[in-house]
Amino acid sequence: MLKDATAIVGIGQTAFARQLPETEKALACRAILAALDDAGIAPSEVDAFASYTMEETDEVEVAKAIGAGDVTFFSRVGYGGGGSCATVGHLAAAVATGQASVGVAWRSRKRGSGPRPWKNTAVQLPTPGQWTRPFGLLRPADEIGMLARRYMHEYGATRDHLFNVALACRNRANQNPAAIMYERPLTREMYMTSRWISEPLCLFDNCLETDGALACVIVSAERARDCRRKPVYVHAAAQGLPAQHHGMVNYWNDDPLSGPAWTAARHLWKHADFGPQDVDVAQIYDAFTPLVPLSLEGYGFCGRGEGAAFTEGGALEIGGRLPLNTGGGGLSEAYVHGFNLITEGVKQLRGTSTAQVPDAATCLVTAGEGVPTSAVLLRA
Amino acid sequence: MLTPVPDEDGAPFWEYAAQGELRVQSCADCGELRFPPRPCCPHCQSFASAWRLMTGRGRIWSYVLPHPPLLPDYAAQPGYNAVLVELADAPRIRLAGNVVTAPDAPLNSVDPARLRIGAPVKVAFTEVDGVTVPRWLLERG
Repeated sequence: MLKDATAIVGIGQTAFARQLPETEKALACRAILAALDDAGIAPSEVDAFASYTMEETDEVEVAKAIGAGDVTFFSRVGYGGGGSCATVGHLAAAVATGQASVGVAWRSRKRGSGPRPWKNTAVQLPTPGQWTRPFGLLRPADEIGMLARRYMHEYGATRDHLFNVALACRNRANQNPAAIMYERPLTREMYMTSRWISEPLCLFDNCLETDGALACVIVSAERARDCRRKPVYVHAAAQGLPAQHHGMVNYWNDDPLSGPAWTAARHLWKHADFGPQDVDVAQIYDAFTPLVPLSLEGYGFCGRGEGAAFTEGGALEIGGRLPLNTGGGGLSEAYVHGFNLITEGVKQLRGTSTAQVPDAATCLVTAGEGVPTSAVLLRA
Repeated sequence: MLTPVPDEDGAPFWEYAAQGELRVQSCADCGELRFPPRPCCPHCQSFASAWRLMTGRGRIWSYVLPHPPLLPDYAAQPGYNAVLVELADAPRIRLAGNVVTAPDAPLNSVDPARLRIGAPVKVAFTEVDGVTVPRWLLERG
């Protein structure tokens, strides 16, 4: 069983900025060493690694730079930000089944100073670009914008609902000195008058472009009790690739608005001792604001079509029904393919967040919705 | 402009488009339509396929108006639209495309105010850099 068999005992991160001078490899090593130091575990004890297929630093380079020991498990998860939580899930499974004892998951990315991936016109996506790109559906913002407009049309969602998401993330970033948007409040007027990126999505519906790296350390629950920090247990983990799913351009099945979140959620709740109503705080992947209402529905916080209305009345703020993205998320803290959502979930359950939810004991962390995804339930 | 880079499964779509036909892959055994094209039928696992002629009629399922930053050829057509057209013959199949005033008109030739979800459209074909691609013309609702 995976349930509570492992725990996250260390987290580490570099500074976040539009541009950092160091290489992705150096940033990865700094984040990993910080996470190991946080855990009080020597680098030579690391015997497992997990990251994203889009990660440019590899196990060989990282292991030899930090001084890891013999490594017996290493894994890569695909589909960009959809893989974030699965890095934790894979390591939890490896440790729980005895394939390794100290796992490190990491993501290092210079997305701020590096090229925008969509500008590479040679790359073929999981569903080949021949069906979308010639028609000017060029960027993830365009692909998700298409689903967003349909969602707004079907369920009466408005730009104010999307603003609620952007505002909650920004408000939390304004409490977090490490966040890119720490000192930059957002107003409704700023949101409503900002430039379009892909109408109906405006600038503030899009995540940041950030340089930075993060890591976490996973060990068995038994070992976790001897570590320096309060353990944060991996209560459940799931990946989600629904039947007849097509990636971010999920336009060709019966129901494009019920994405991979629904698949991951069914597995996650089936294996958990608690349900959505028991989640104290959530870290929901927010590359684009519409992913939040879609994820709220998928993970069962509300019914189909109710995700937008759920955001009303300060529901996503501290003190609301479901405080989320309490470090500021990808929209306002840093966009590092969602790894900062994992570390923020750990901070909440340790009681050390800059926007602490009082007595938070359970946290849902999700990965990119719209692409094959993953999620973890963490508990104190 | 980006031109389609067909893979082996998709090549027939573009070959038929060059003949002015909108065809969708179907299973030669159970008859189910499937898109995007793929080697075998997800319903009956048959590897035999055929390409069924569509009427070319559909409705706008959703659309976006992309703004910069964009690739240069698209930035040069400000206010262009990208739409998904739900095919009348196969409502689960929604083709990405552009609504234009004439087959060879620019991607920004239609006033975005005329676009709405549910609007009926009909396919037309045009050649872009030597490759024939579908375009969509608004029909009277």
